[in-house]
Amino acid sequence: METKNKIRVLIAKPGLDGHDKGAKIVALALRDAGMEVIYSGLHQTLDQIIQTATQEAVDVIGLSIMSGAHLPICEKLMTMMKEKGLEDICLTVGGVIPHQDIPRLKQIGVSAVFPGGTSFEDIVFGMNKLFE
Amino acid sequence: MIRLIDDNNPKAFSLLKQLYPHSGNAFIIGITGSPGVGKSTLIDALIFEFRKLDLKIAVIAVDPTSPFSGGAILGDRLRMQRHASDEKVFIRSMASRGQKGGLSRATKDAAIVLSAMGYEIIIIETVGAGQAEFDIASVAHSIGIVTIPGTGDGIQAVKAGILEIGDIFIVNKNDRPDAQAAVLELKMMLSMRNSNTLGQILNQAPRDKFEICPQKGCSTWAPRVLKTIAQNGTGVKELADTFLSHFDFMKKNNILDLKKKELERIYFNSLLKDLAMGKIELFMQESMDFKDALNQIEAGLVDPITAAEHVVNHLMVTRNLKVQDN
Repeated sequence: METKNKIRVLIAKPGLDGHDKGAKIVALALRDAGMEVIYSGLHQTLDQIIQTATQEAVDVIGLSIMSGAHLPICEKLMTMMKEKGLEDICLTVGGVIPHQDIPRLKQIGVSAVFPGGTSFEDIVFGMNKLFE
Repeated sequence: MIRLIDDNNPKAFSLLKQLYPHSGNAFIIGITGSPGVGKSTLIDALIFEFRKLDLKIAVIAVDPTSPFSGGAILGDRLRMQRHASDEKVFIRSMASRGQKGGLSRATKDAAIVLSAMGYEIIIIETVGAGQAEFDIASVAHSIGIVTIPGTGDGIQAVKAGILEIGDIFIVNKNDRPDAQAAVLELKMMLSMRNSNTLGQILNQAPRDKFEICPQKGCSTWAPRVLKTIAQNGTGVKELADTFLSHFDFMKKNNILDLKKKELERIYFNSLLKDLAMGKIELFMQESMDFKDALNQIEAGLVDPITAAEHVVNHLMVTRNLKVQDN
């Protein structure tokens, strides 16, 4: 009987950019690391992300953003998460994220940032670290 | 709450006990079929139809867990996006977590929770494995089996067993050539299920392996074959209506109560097994016997068969348990 709590991750791509290869590959890497990944695909509205995260009772939301809109998206999502009482969920972001924006993202409340070029090991390590 | 169940958290048990009396009113539909036949898309379209009737709907979508890493990608939701902001639709993905037969153990528990929450229809989508998903028959009241035309595989997928548990057969992607052939072939196979002696028994008792026998004289449900194109919704209204009429049929003919009782018994059995096995396994793994046996097997002193027998027998003797062995 398995009693170990599995990490459940929602991988979502908010907004209009249409490149989901990165998100899919990260989803696979997380699966291979033993996590349960809910893959919700392209063009998610923030409402959809909140609804999915609630219904699926995830531990982590992983956003993949390459449109450059990471700051306003994360800010808005964080506010919505607080409104819905989802503060327990860790928000993480990957994609095209300039390094100088990382401190600002952390300030907003993002738990971890994995900009393009981060290795799978580092992502998995970073995810696991959130739950130690 | 479903999260606790999924993680096999002890707290889930006491919560389930409280919820159980409030569950049981939902109509549970099982949808099964090979990967890629369009189960998720079909369910998406079904939700749409049921929502028109203002029914509250929950979906439990099961996807496979990797036996190697224990991880899973749950992607059924992807095809049900348009309901994401509808508050009367609840969609939950679950990973099979090592259970065979296409359903996670927690699925039944989750269905109890959702039923207690007042969802009127619960749709369970199994892992798309195809030929061995009988588990669904131990949870659902009505079972839809999805297949597609053109591959020959459509019939392949509804071979023995799966053919016997289906109440409604759906030939999806009906716009493909050969659709009519697939429908005919299915109908033919189903008519054989009804006409020979074995088929007669099956027809009398659609779940004969679970010994559900409607009282004598009551009519039986003849399995339907429907054609759909899930992508654009063609035929899905009829499908939704057919599921509902199957539900009515079972209610009217007293089959539903019998079925529910039977499902309850199966649930009880599986709980017994899980609880007992969990405890015994723990107990055995802590016992010296088990460690000795493991060492001996590793050292090549004894074969695993003898060793397993020895450990179990010894446990029975020390605990003073006696079971009549055949």
